[in-house]
Amino acid sequence: MINVSKLKKGIVIDHIKSGNGHKIFSQLGLDKLEDTVVLLKNIPSNKMGIKDLIKIENDIYLDLTVLGLIDSGVTINIIENGQKKEKIKLELPRKVYGILKCKNPRCISTIEDVGDIEFTLINPSTKEYQCEYCHEKTKP
Amino acid sequence: MIKGKSLIEVNDFSLEEIDDLLSFAGKIIDSEKNYSSLCKGNLIATLFYEPSTRTKFSFESAILRLGGQVIGFADAMTSSVSKGESLIDTIRTISCYADLMIMRHPKEGAPKLASKYSSVPIINGGDGGHQHPTQTLTDLLTIRQLKGPISNFTIGLCGDLKFGRTTHSLTKILIKYPDINFVFISPEELQIPGYIKEEIANNRYQETFSLESCIDRLDILYMTRIQKERFFSEEEYLRLKDSYILDINLMKMAKNDMIVMHPLPRVNEIAVEVDRDDRAAYFKQAKYGMYIRMALISKILGKGEN
Repeated sequence: MINVSKLKKGIVIDHIKSGNGHKIFSQLGLDKLEDTVVLLKNIPSNKMGIKDLIKIENDIYLDLTVLGLIDSGVTINIIENGQKKEKIKLELPRKVYGILKCKNPRCISTIEDVGDIEFTLINPSTKEYQCEYCHEKTKP
Repeated sequence: MIKGKSLIEVNDFSLEEIDDLLSFAGKIIDSEKNYSSLCKGNLIATLFYEPSTRTKFSFESAILRLGGQVIGFADAMTSSVSKGESLIDTIRTISCYADLMIMRHPKEGAPKLASKYSSVPIINGGDGGHQHPTQTLTDLLTIRQLKGPISNFTIGLCGDLKFGRTTHSLTKILIKYPDINFVFISPEELQIPGYIKEEIANNRYQETFSLESCIDRLDILYMTRIQKERFFSEEEYLRLKDSYILDINLMKMAKNDMIVMHPLPRVNEIAVEVDRDDRAAYFKQAKYGMYIRMALISKILGKGEN
């Protein structure tokens, strides 16, 4: 087992479904940070079997909507002075703007620059969102 | 109050607002001449980005019968679209000139997008296979005029129930009215989608392949066309296109006061011989389409009675 030292100040993104760590890493643009960032893959987990985990040694802005869409099961721990200051449990956002694209070829958004499309969560268990224009369902 | 509101889908209006519209349309039917100047001085734009016969003519005749005036195009290639203008820019421009816009567009959601950028209300005259709210209002007015209050009847919807937007939209609104039973008559390949059935109580609907087996129980028979453009294979279309043909022999089995509705155009699903039967209501339905549009335009312009 590889050991990574405890954070003094920063963010731990835990309980990432194995395989999603890399997606979160790139979607949040962590490769562009100058701070220390660690991505651990396939760590043994009692709850999940194996999981991914990300540690960021600084307090940065996290787009929780993007995180929720990729993996709503993750937990986010905010660390200060080596202690857990806050734990954030993610939920799928009820509405998202500008992240999803409508895949329906008959939708007006495929031929017109409509700006950020509003997608509304219609089924949390299947993670299905509905396009505001054509009502077609899509998954992140 | 629907004054100043856009109509993109039928659910944009409450049941009370719809009933109010239906009542007003009924008054116009009773004394049309009294309303011939109601919208005098109003200019209404019709933006038809794809061909239409009934919808375009019924909207335009509705406007003219209210004393209003019409501008617009019936072919997008005669507008600035042919120069590459975006829909949003077209809408922003035309809303400078007209008091109300009526729009048909092949892309789903186009009228909704237009309503975001228009300074005047938009009426959706059909967006691809998505929504066609004035057809649903037409259907409700036809039922109300010919069968009385919208309650306590059995309606059979027959034909393409999978792709047919009119049957989906009509079913979804009728569910909100009391004591209505549905019989969905279709080939297995064209059955009504599960998400619509889920909204109806189990004891309120039945599915069958056979029109013959249920026609005697129906108060309303709503026929639809099997739409060629919805099929990927010609072979599949040819196999299903003649699934149902309503003829005088089937009509003999129906109740004496059953009405036959159809959103038109028909192909061969209703034999021409049925047109002579008093129960054939589909051309009356087309006329009611004009009256409900008269009521709708007046109310949105704030001219209708309360």
